[in-house]
Amino acid sequence: MRVEGKGRIDRSAPVRFRFDGVEYQGFKGDTLASALLANGVKLFGRSFKYHRPRGVLTAGSEEPNALVEVIEGRQQTPNVRATVQEIYEGLEAKSQNRWPSLGFDILAVNDLASPFLSAGFYYKTFMWPRAFWERLYEPVIRRAAGLGRLSGRHDEADYEKAYAFCDLLVIGAGPAGLAAALQAARAGADVILTDESAEMGGRLLADTAQIDGRPAADWATAVLAELGGLPNVRLMARTTVAGAYDGGTYGALERVGLHMAERPDLPRECFWRIVAGQAVLAAGAQERMIAFADNDRPGIMTASALRTYLNRYGVAPGQRVTIFANNDSARQTARDLMAAGVEVAAIIDARADASVAEECPVYAGATVVGTKGRKALRSITVLHRGGEIEIETDCLGVSGGWNPLIHLTCHMNGRPLWDAGLAAFLPKPGAVPGLHVAGAAAGVFSTAQCLASGAGVAVTALAALGRKAVPIELPAAEEADYDLLPLWEVKGKRRAWLDFANDVTTKDVRLSAQENFASVEHMKRYTTQGMAPDQGKNSNMGALAVLADATGRSIAETGVTTFRPPFSPVSIAAMGAGGRAEGFAPQRFMTSHSASVERGAPMIEAGLWYRPSYFPRLGEVTWREACDREVAMVRSTVGVADVSTLGKIDIQGRDAARFLDLVYTNTFSTLPVGRVRYGLMLRADGHVLDDGTTARLGENHFLMTTTTAAAGLVMRHLDFVAQAYCADWDVRFISVTETWAQFAVAGPKAKALLETLVAVDLPFMGCAAVQVGQVAGRLFRISFSGEQGYEIAVPARYGEALFRDLLARAETLGGGAYGMEALNVLRIEKGFITHAEIHGRTTAFDIGMEKMVSAKKDCIGKGAAARPGLVGPEREQMVGLRPVNEAAISAGAHLFNPGEEVARVNDQGYVTSVCYSPTLGGYLGLAFLRNGRARHGEMVRLVDHLRKIDLLCEVCDPVFHDKEGVKLRG
Amino acid sequence: MRITCPLCGPRDRREFYYYGSEDYLTLPEGEDLDAIDAHLHLRDNPAGITRDLWYHEMGCAAWLLVTRDTVTHEISDVALVAEGGSAAKMKSGRAL
Amino acid sequence: MRYSGLRVITEGLFGNKGWKPVWRNPEPKPEYDAIIIGGGGHGLSTAYYLAKNHGMTKIAVLEKGYIGSGNIGRNTTIVRANYFLPGNSEFYSHSLKLWEGLEADLNYNVMHSQRGLINLFHSDGQRDAFVRRGNSMINQGDDAILLDREAVREHLPYLDFEQTRFPIYGGLLHPRGGTARHDAVAWGYARGADLRGVDLIQNCEVTGIDVEGGRVVGVQTTRGAIKAKKVGMVAAGRSGQVAAMAGMRLPIESHVLQAFVTEGLKPVIDHVVSFGMGHFYISQSDKGGLVFGGDIEFYASYASRGNLPMVEHVMEAGMTLMPMIGRAKVLRSWGGIMDMTPDGSPIIDKTPVDGLFVDAGWNYGGFKAVPASGWCMAHLMATGESHEVARRFRLDRFKTGHLLDEEGTGSQHNLH
Repeated sequence: MRVEGKGRIDRSAPVRFRFDGVEYQGFKGDTLASALLANGVKLFGRSFKYHRPRGVLTAGSEEPNALVEVIEGRQQTPNVRATVQEIYEGLEAKSQNRWPSLGFDILAVNDLASPFLSAGFYYKTFMWPRAFWERLYEPVIRRAAGLGRLSGRHDEADYEKAYAFCDLLVIGAGPAGLAAALQAARAGADVILTDESAEMGGRLLADTAQIDGRPAADWATAVLAELGGLPNVRLMARTTVAGAYDGGTYGALERVGLHMAERPDLPRECFWRIVAGQAVLAAGAQERMIAFADNDRPGIMTASALRTYLNRYGVAPGQRVTIFANNDSARQTARDLMAAGVEVAAIIDARADASVAEECPVYAGATVVGTKGRKALRSITVLHRGGEIEIETDCLGVSGGWNPLIHLTCHMNGRPLWDAGLAAFLPKPGAVPGLHVAGAAAGVFSTAQCLASGAGVAVTALAALGRKAVPIELPAAEEADYDLLPLWEVKGKRRAWLDFANDVTTKDVRLSAQENFASVEHMKRYTTQGMAPDQGKNSNMGALAVLADATGRSIAETGVTTFRPPFSPVSIAAMGAGGRAEGFAPQRFMTSHSASVERGAPMIEAGLWYRPSYFPRLGEVTWREACDREVAMVRSTVGVADVSTLGKIDIQGRDAARFLDLVYTNTFSTLPVGRVRYGLMLRADGHVLDDGTTARLGENHFLMTTTTAAAGLVMRHLDFVAQAYCADWDVRFISVTETWAQFAVAGPKAKALLETLVAVDLPFMGCAAVQVGQVAGRLFRISFSGEQGYEIAVPARYGEALFRDLLARAETLGGGAYGMEALNVLRIEKGFITHAEIHGRTTAFDIGMEKMVSAKKDCIGKGAAARPGLVGPEREQMVGLRPVNEAAISAGAHLFNPGEEVARVNDQGYVTSVCYSPTLGGYLGLAFLRNGRARHGEMVRLVDHLRKIDLLCEVCDPVFHDKEGVKLRG
Repeated sequence: MRITCPLCGPRDRREFYYYGSEDYLTLPEGEDLDAIDAHLHLRDNPAGITRDLWYHEMGCAAWLLVTRDTVTHEISDVALVAEGGSAAKMKSGRAL
Repeated sequence: MRYSGLRVITEGLFGNKGWKPVWRNPEPKPEYDAIIIGGGGHGLSTAYYLAKNHGMTKIAVLEKGYIGSGNIGRNTTIVRANYFLPGNSEFYSHSLKLWEGLEADLNYNVMHSQRGLINLFHSDGQRDAFVRRGNSMINQGDDAILLDREAVREHLPYLDFEQTRFPIYGGLLHPRGGTARHDAVAWGYARGADLRGVDLIQNCEVTGIDVEGGRVVGVQTTRGAIKAKKVGMVAAGRSGQVAAMAGMRLPIESHVLQAFVTEGLKPVIDHVVSFGMGHFYISQSDKGGLVFGGDIEFYASYASRGNLPMVEHVMEAGMTLMPMIGRAKVLRSWGGIMDMTPDGSPIIDKTPVDGLFVDAGWNYGGFKAVPASGWCMAHLMATGESHEVARRFRLDRFKTGHLLDEEGTGSQHNLH
């Protein structure tokens, strides 16, 4: 219930929200947890395995129990920490992992069966009968496991990603972080100060301590006001730095709009990549639990959470509170509660020499050995001086000491160091380059020490940045000692929980040791301790200590599992922001794109490009009708296709020809100016990298074309060869792929069409500069269709106009546009290869181009291509295939000798490309067949199990159409 | 991870393409299988300092020889492949 | 002790006090018949099959850290036999058959779940490439089904069929593909090997390989010298360092592959789904976490951790393909060190040193290979001959050009 006069909530701003269908009221500034606790709600969820009733354990992002689903219309977010989620008007939350209801959960029966559900039990059973695993056991286990539910609907909400750069990143805005930020900001450094919470100040907001004689929170407010007014400081609240990466890069999640009912212009979350010259980790410390019998009942929480709910939210989570601790810090909780008028029934202090100063019963040298209350705590049993005392209580605050939050310092494999005095792991200095640790994260706990540590560390960071610090005066603050008696577990017969979220008890850890899963990593993996949503933040230390005890080793010897990013869980949507739908990859459009779309062409992906599949005409129902028509059109009149996606590389310099001789298998230095040559390029390992034509535009000026797919690859390859092997050559090149729009004009009437536009007087494989109206263009006499063919290029800004103009001229001649489907048929008929054939495993030998590898000169890949495994009759060589009847054949089918069993051992090859050829009236295929060139005229059996095709084909030359190239040259 | 390109300054790893170790700088002679094997395949693959080839693909298109620790990812030197820095470090780069 | 449901109940009734150590902690002996360097999945399965198939008992597995501390415990747990090149086909086919009998053989529930693997394709060309693959799988005796877009929708209704950058044309379903609980595989083999007398020696780092007159005679370790006439190097991730002790350079470069798991969720993804255009693959563990990954980091590394560009790329791929996972939160990311070879296929072979064998170069496909790798490595070490399904995994195949390049990306270690 609420405590009058306490808390930082805005009591003038009531907020209505719903939990499990019941409407409640809280105030602006409440989290879901604080608001529900204020309404007397104790039961928040069910545990993972045993479905035990669970309440709130913490007041922060480390919460293992109070995980809920937040409902937004038909969308929902699972596993939301009630301790982090701020309430807003109309917030609707639901408990999860229970059926049919939170109060009555059928699977609570698991709790009764717990002796049979010990750590790793599933490795030892469910093996018989075998078929039952997928049919019965696994489905049942899967349904019982898991926590919250995804909606199954696309997440259509907005998320963002952003970069930020700063001199100093300060992580955590408690006393140490504020002091560090102030120190650095006053020195003029660019500072980013982040804090996980909605309000900055850290524990200063949750404690009643004083700084300079006034409430600590007021000091925080004043410092934040100063920082907020400085142009070199950026304050980022609700921002969790989740990971430390190389080069001073940090990943951080900002919860931009998760606390708002409406956010018309804001994303839900933003994932930041912060590049920082230096960083200060001031993440504080987290209070840990003690394992004792039935320590998981609703109403049991950390003492600091209790204090936070009281001081920050004005909520007393119980009416008759007890405290169980092994150190001094929890005493403040008791004092604050009493000062606020809440009854403290007892302080149970494990230390025999603990002081007895409070105005409530204090049991020194005592432990809690049991608890009662199913859905809410009713009483605890205390062992004191050999006798058991039962104390009625509805809320128990526990403190087992503090764990510095050192996670980020371990993200680059740094192992933390055990400090026996603090009974905690401390960061290894320098574990993350440029990251300095301050305050409680570094193991200093008093406010005064934290302030000094933060300011001091900032001075070090400033020095590393080459900046001089301006001395700042630190305020007077509390300097309490931290006295602790390590206490990890109170041994007993009943189960004592370590990992609340995954239901791992001390018994499980001991069983793991008993079965010789004795290394800390084995224990973690065997028991699943630390693998729940809290990532072991509440349980790692306790589990480790119990394992050390069970195996007779020290904690330092036992070691710790590795902390890995993220520090707290980050949504896939935030880290994947921008990837949704077409945002995943760039889209590249040709200049003819809209003209093609206007003509109804379906645009298909070709790498990052979009190209027209075909240009349907009235009355055509299937793509084949359009394709067949377009093929016939090119073969009989004229067709126009945009081929601008082909890579174009402009190469110049006195050594340009020599360079081409090095990268191509064939010779280019002999190519006359004004002529074009087909070239074959190998990778360093001797396989075909790419093919294409290169034109010699001038003595020292070439234009290379590449395939669409390999344009980037070839550019990278050329850059490497030039810079690594020919650095002193006079050759320079640049990609001009997007500079030029280029169109193929192909067919018997190609020349007739072009003559209406430009001067056309080119031999086959000739090229020339041409005037296209007022525009300087280029004309190439090359063909990928086997017909008389030209490619005409103009600067890209004229591409669309030229395309439309060419189509208009073509149509007057009975021609028109053709798309990728027709282009593919035309090239297969002609036996031209694409990356379906040069798929990375083929050599010049395989595709019948070994004669293109010049014997007179060296080239990249030539030596490697001569390796014994890359030549010889056992290799599959490219052939043509014609089915014996009119049936369809398919790419991806495999080839066998007729009469041999269809099995891998008899595999003779495979089909790479097929088409229906309207020109030849039947199906054609290109295939790779073992020793294929020697087998023209033979029959092979083509089998495609997946498409249910099985027929005989005749092996033939891969050039089906116009073998002599008469049309090409004509 | 950030790499300081000698031409462009410190840039995010996203701008760079990684090829492999500096072994690729040594072009094999003819059909010498051992040299081809060393060029293409065999690697010292140290857990420690390595020199490998990166391409500033989204930047200036320079190929870089980066001296880097494969365990800590610390980068201690970045040189241009095309400049003497790299040629001097080439094991036996042959003139073409 | 034999495991069964009955045993779980009996032990449970008596407070679970009767469970015995799953393996011993033996001291290293001065000499063994065979030493396996590396207590990961492949090393453990090699030891297991040396004992089981070849009757060898004086075997030690030397592990630098703890059993199963390498990639066996840091992968995305996918088990499949969907390779298409001869050499790979028969090997992974054999492995899948061993998986199917593994629980019965090991008396350990490795939770092998044949929930079906769907490889999506996004163009006609990719469809043809997957058809070639699927036909190879069937020709090998394995299973594959071609799904058109509507059939994919029936299996995976939650994919974005309308807006995704690379439209879904269909998929290749491999019904026998699936997942297994990775740690359990290591533990099951370890337990099986231990029961057959194999000494599993943890925290024992090999610091030298002793070679005399071209023959291996033993190893130096942090726990003393150990003699053996047969030594198997099965230390993927660290293969290069181990081989260097015998003066060898391997065709391997080490790279980090990151993987991710979300907080537990109720069942939402029932298959293994693979999205080639984004290099993204995902399944849901029995515990409820979405387990997924993408490409390697692309730069040589031993750091077992990655960087943000690949993290974000993987998440973006997930968002374009199946935006319903957006609100799942990533709980943990980690990195394994992959032996990347120049053709993406592994090595199981003798070395130039007599008695010294190598099992390495698993790229990022090592998990599913664990049973067959151990089976074939054991065969090689015991008989001196390559097993018939691993004949092509030769160490010298790169030099001779007898490559097994499934990706077709060529001799660049990080492209496979």
